Amino acid sequence: MGESSPKIVIVDESPIRAAILEEGLREAGFTGVVHISEMQSLLARIYALDPDVILIDLENPSRDVLEQMFQVSRAVRRPIAMFVDQSDAASIQASVDAGVSAYIVDGLKKERIKPILDLCISRFNAFAKLQNELDRAKSALEDRKVIDRAKGILMKLKGLTEDEAYVLLRSTAMREKKKIGEIAQSILTASELLK
Amino acid sequence: MTTPLRIGFIPLVDAAALIVAVDKGFAAAEGLDVTLVREVSWSNVRDKLNIGLFDAAHLLAPVAIASSLGLGHVKVPISAPFNLGLNGNAITVSPALHAAIMAQIDGDRFDPMATALALSRVVAARRQSGAEPLTFAMTFPFSTHNYQLRFWMAAGGVDPDEDVRLVVLPPPYMVDSLASGHVDAFCVGAPWNSIAVDLGVGHILHFVSDILARAAEKVLAVRQSWSEKNPQVVAAMVRAASRAAEFIEQPQNRAEAARILSAPERIGVDADVIQRTLDGRLKISPDGTLRASDRYLLIGREGAGRPDPVQAAWLYAQMVRWGQASISAEALQIAKAVFRPDLYDAALGSPGKGAAAPDTIGAFAGPAFDANDIAGHLAAFAIQRRKS
Repeated sequence: MGESSPKIVIVDESPIRAAILEEGLREAGFTGVVHISEMQSLLARIYALDPDVILIDLENPSRDVLEQMFQVSRAVRRPIAMFVDQSDAASIQASVDAGVSAYIVDGLKKERIKPILDLCISRFNAFAKLQNELDRAKSALEDRKVIDRAKGILMKLKGLTEDEAYVLLRSTAMREKKKIGEIAQSILTASELLK
Repeated sequence: MTTPLRIGFIPLVDAAALIVAVDKGFAAAEGLDVTLVREVSWSNVRDKLNIGLFDAAHLLAPVAIASSLGLGHVKVPISAPFNLGLNGNAITVSPALHAAIMAQIDGDRFDPMATALALSRVVAARRQSGAEPLTFAMTFPFSTHNYQLRFWMAAGGVDPDEDVRLVVLPPPYMVDSLASGHVDAFCVGAPWNSIAVDLGVGHILHFVSDILARAAEKVLAVRQSWSEKNPQVVAAMVRAASRAAEFIEQPQNRAEAARILSAPERIGVDADVIQRTLDGRLKISPDGTLRASDRYLLIGREGAGRPDPVQAAWLYAQMVRWGQASISAEALQIAKAVFRPDLYDAALGSPGKGAAAPDTIGAFAGPAFDANDIAGHLAAFAIQRRKS
């Protein structure tokens, strides 16, 4: 095992998040990165790869499988949990908040895991932010579609222009202290019921 | 004035007293505003309890002890003021392994000594024919499931570390792994055994109550430091959980309890499957064979709710037997002190309900358990893996 680049395994069922993390690690000069997305025979695959560091997301039930590595007496190398380092409460908290856990092989120096874990935490947080933005964009798009359909219904039923229909939606939303999307949705629901 | 609490749990039927306490309003009646957080791994539950993201948790009893001893992880002293359940696990085997054991059995099929001896003959025959060793799955290194499987097979002469493969598998993956042949058997809590039987991929070979009459399974766990600062909150939690346990144990309430537990954000499986577990009336074979036992899962009756330090000592003895812990009088003391009947009694009025319950473990093999002489007790077992 070269001193310069520890072998890192990423266990994550999300291919996008794993790719984001892998890219970050490579940019930082960690070249030996392997991604495992298939949880079947996880331990056997990890033993075959013989990594120095294992990164796993906390949504993954297979985290419990990794815990077994501390117990298997026949294993040549014995990984230990990152969390065993009692002195570094802040980094434990940060990694749990970010949703990731790191396991390091006995003997790997703490100074060498720190930058990996920090990078991992920041990439996980970046992914979560991206996911949020994506969700927001998706719901904005949904709202837009719903509003367009509601406008169409108002135009047809009340003989309004598109602008007038929109003004009616907006003023109703303001009066009822709701979002325009919600008012539009109730128009769609009502028109379904009255069909 | 209500106290907000975050409590972690794993979707298993033995979280019933906790879930019902919250969803039936018993916790609110005690002034607790509980947010239940469903988790996917015991590692997560342990870590989030340890660092304070959870105030309390539904936790494997051995994890509470391991955490207090600093085994395999950070040392965080844990207190268990309430025992969420006794027993409740089962050993399920593939149809092929079931047939092989039944072909070799000499005795009653629910007699764990008869099945363990049959298993040892199956294992020997496989070794002779050059077949792969059998693979048994359990849920966590520090789990009752691990110790129960080991205790059972070792009694029949099967060395769990040499003669078979014993692997950790998250409960939601167990049924698939049995179906695909990745494992030959597993020991897990409800509802997973029943689901394997319903899908026709497994036979329930044993209820754990065949192996041990009383086995502490999951506890309501809190950090010891937190519990010392919040004794009133701990007492309120114990009263709410105890009321829920009493509710669940009334047969006329089981349907309602099962419905509460079946909610997608709780356990998320059919109420019908959950009720079979609560009733201790399980389908054990795909052909529909039923087996009923009033010892299958004890949530509130027979003093199940009151933590019993003898149970903690037994679990510690298993950690010693299988090389997870060194033996010492001090460690034994720490392990026993995790289970807190005093907190239970303080909450429910001393002497607590169930205080008169028998202390026995009631194992099917070996001498009666002696919590004061772990070394002497373990000396009676041929197969073990003690730390040198």
